[in-house]
Amino acid sequence: MKIIVCIKQVPDTKNVRLDPATNTLKREGVESMVNPFDLYAMETALRLKDQFGGTVTALTMGPPQAESALREMVEYGVDETALLSDRAFAGADTWATSYTLAKGVKKLGGFDLIVCGKQAVDGDTAQVGPGLAEQLDIPYVCFVRRLIEVDHQTRRMVVERLMDDGSEVVEIPLPALITVVKEINEPRVPSLRGKMKAKKIAVPVYGLQDLAADPDRVGLAGSPTQVVQVFAPQPRGTRVRLDGRPEEQAERLIEALKKDKVLTIGAE
Amino acid sequence: MSLLIDSDLCTGCGACVEACPFGAVEIIGETAQANEKCNLCGACVEACPVEAISIDKKEAKADDGYQGVWVFAEQRRGRLAGVSFELLGEGRRLADKLGVSLSAVLFGHRVREEAGRLFAYGADRVYLADDPSLDAFTDDLYGGLLTALIRERRPEIVLCGATSLGRSFFPKAANALNTGLTADCTGLDIREADRLLLQTRPAFGGNIMATILCPNRRPQMATVRPKVMRPGPCREGRTGELVEVEPSRPGLVPKTRFIEFIEDLSEKVHLAEADIIVAGGRGLGSAKGFDLLRELAELLGGALGASRGAVDAEWISYAHQVGQTGKTVSPKLYIACGISGAVQHLVGMQSADVIVAVNNDPGAPIFDVADYGLVGDLYEIIPAVINQLQR
Repeated sequence: MKIIVCIKQVPDTKNVRLDPATNTLKREGVESMVNPFDLYAMETALRLKDQFGGTVTALTMGPPQAESALREMVEYGVDETALLSDRAFAGADTWATSYTLAKGVKKLGGFDLIVCGKQAVDGDTAQVGPGLAEQLDIPYVCFVRRLIEVDHQTRRMVVERLMDDGSEVVEIPLPALITVVKEINEPRVPSLRGKMKAKKIAVPVYGLQDLAADPDRVGLAGSPTQVVQVFAPQPRGTRVRLDGRPEEQAERLIEALKKDKVLTIGAE
Repeated sequence: MSLLIDSDLCTGCGACVEACPFGAVEIIGETAQANEKCNLCGACVEACPVEAISIDKKEAKADDGYQGVWVFAEQRRGRLAGVSFELLGEGRRLADKLGVSLSAVLFGHRVREEAGRLFAYGADRVYLADDPSLDAFTDDLYGGLLTALIRERRPEIVLCGATSLGRSFFPKAANALNTGLTADCTGLDIREADRLLLQTRPAFGGNIMATILCPNRRPQMATVRPKVMRPGPCREGRTGELVEVEPSRPGLVPKTRFIEFIEDLSEKVHLAEADIIVAGGRGLGSAKGFDLLRELAELLGGALGASRGAVDAEWISYAHQVGQTGKTVSPKLYIACGISGAVQHLVGMQSADVIVAVNNDPGAPIFDVADYGLVGDLYEIIPAVINQLQR
C-alpha cells in the first residue's frame, strides 16, 4: 500500500498566550511539537504497511523548520517525507491549506490511502482532512476509531467512526482519506534504526512553482477567511470556596446551584 | 470577475456541461464556452478533470445575489438534534438583524413531521429532502446535496452544528463551494457597516479567542458549538414555506456505504447533548469511583465525563473523554470530581455555564476556573450530595 500521512508542526498550545500590551501572540519560549493526533495517524499507516507492505510518506506544509517534524516521523519508521514550504503559503486558512496539500499529494504521485489526525491542537478545526479529500475528489471518513477490514485486493476498507451518540460502520473504496481519533491505537516508540535514518534522510522541499499551484489560492491571499481580531478570553470562574464538613459543603452546593437555576432536572 | 477557460488545456470532454446547474456551459467546436447564464458558481471549475477552468478570483466580491440565512437541521434516526433548535434561535437573530429570511435544511427519511417543529422554532422556510438514500448519514450525499442546494438558492450565511456529523460533512460542502468555513464558533454577530458575519471561536486550546470574517466569498459558513447558543421560543402553529428538494442529482453518487449504527448503550445521556455532566479524573483512585459518579449523574439526568487520566487508566471508555484529545462540551453544569485541571482538560469544558470542582488538593488548577470549589474527599462529599438530593 502507498500511504500518505499528513502531519502538522504545532506550538505547544498550553503555553501560547496573548501579550496584553501588544495583543499579539507570545511565541518566545513556546516549543514546537508534532500535533499529538498525527502520531495516531502515523501509527495507523505504519501498521497497514506492516501488514500489507508498501511505503508511508509523511507530508506537511509549514515553514522550513517544520522539517524537524518530518524527521521525527522517520524515527518512528516512516519511509519518505515531503515538505511544502514557500513564503507564499504563509497565513493559509483551512481552505488554502487543503488546496496546497492537495497539490502536494498530486506531486507525490499515486496513493491508496491518506491518513490524518482528527484535528490539529492549535486551531482545533478538524477541517483540513475532509477539505483535502474534497479537493482531491476522493471519499473520506472522519473520526475513525477502528479499522475493521482492509482489503488491498478489492481496494476497499470497512471502518468504524465515532459519532456523538455511538459509532457507525462505513465501507469506503480506495483511494480514500481517513481522519483518526486517539482511541484507534497506541503509537510505537522511535527505533534506533529510525533515528539513524532520520539524521541522514534528505527532506524534499516543494514551493509554489514546484507544485504548479495557483498563487491566488495559497497562503493569506488565497484564504477565504480572515482573522480580524484576537483577544484574550474572559477569565472565568467566580471561585467561591464552599467550606465545612462534607454534609455542609453538599448543602451549600445544592443551595447555590438551585439559586443559579442549573439544578432543574431530575433533582427537583 | 469572470470565468476563464483555457482552450489549450480543455479537451472538450463535457464534464463541465454536465456539472453546470444553470445550463451555462456549452461545447462549441472542441472547447467549452460559458454563456450569459453563467453566474460564476464554480461547479464547472470543480468538475473539470484537467483544471482548464478557473474563476478570476482577484476581483471576487461578495455577490449581491446571495441572500438569506440557512441553518442545517441535524437529525439522528428521525429526531432533530438539540443543536438544530439552538441554530434556529441564533439564525433567527442574525436573519432579523439583516432583514432577511431564515431557512432550515432538513435531510433524512420519514422526517417530514419534523419540519413543523422547525417552523415553530423560527424557520420561515424549510428545504426538505426526504428520501431513503438520506436515511443514514453519508458525507458524500449530505455534502453533495447541500452543495447543490447552496449553488441553486444562494444563501449568504449557512450554519451547522459543530457535532461529529457537522464537522465531518460541512468541510466537504465549503471546499466544493470554494468558500470559507469557520469551525466550532462560540459567538456570531453581524457587522453592521458591511453586513458581514462576525465569527468568534477559541483557538490555541482556548487561550485565545479569534474573530473571523469571510469577506469575499459566499456563502459565509460556520459550524457552531452545541449548547452555546440558546433556542428561541417555540410558537406552536407557526408555519412557513415547505420546499421539497430533489435528492438525486447528476453526478451525485455516493462512494461510501453506511453499514450499521452501533449505539452507545452504556449511557442514557450522551456527552454532547447533556445539560449536566459529572466528570471524574485520576483522583477517583479506581474504576469504582465512576459507579458513584454515575449514580449522581443519573440522579441529575446528566451524562458521565472523564479526564484523559481516567481514560488512560482504563477506568472508563474513550467516548467519555472531555478535553483536547477528547470531546469539547458546553453544558449548563459541569461537576469535576478528582480532576486536577490540566489545560488540556480545561479546553474541553471551560465554556460550561457553571463549573463545580471537588478535589482534595486546594492548589489544583481546576479551582481557578470553578465557580464553586469544594476541597475535601470526594468519597465523602459526593455521597453527601446524593443523599441530600434524594431527600
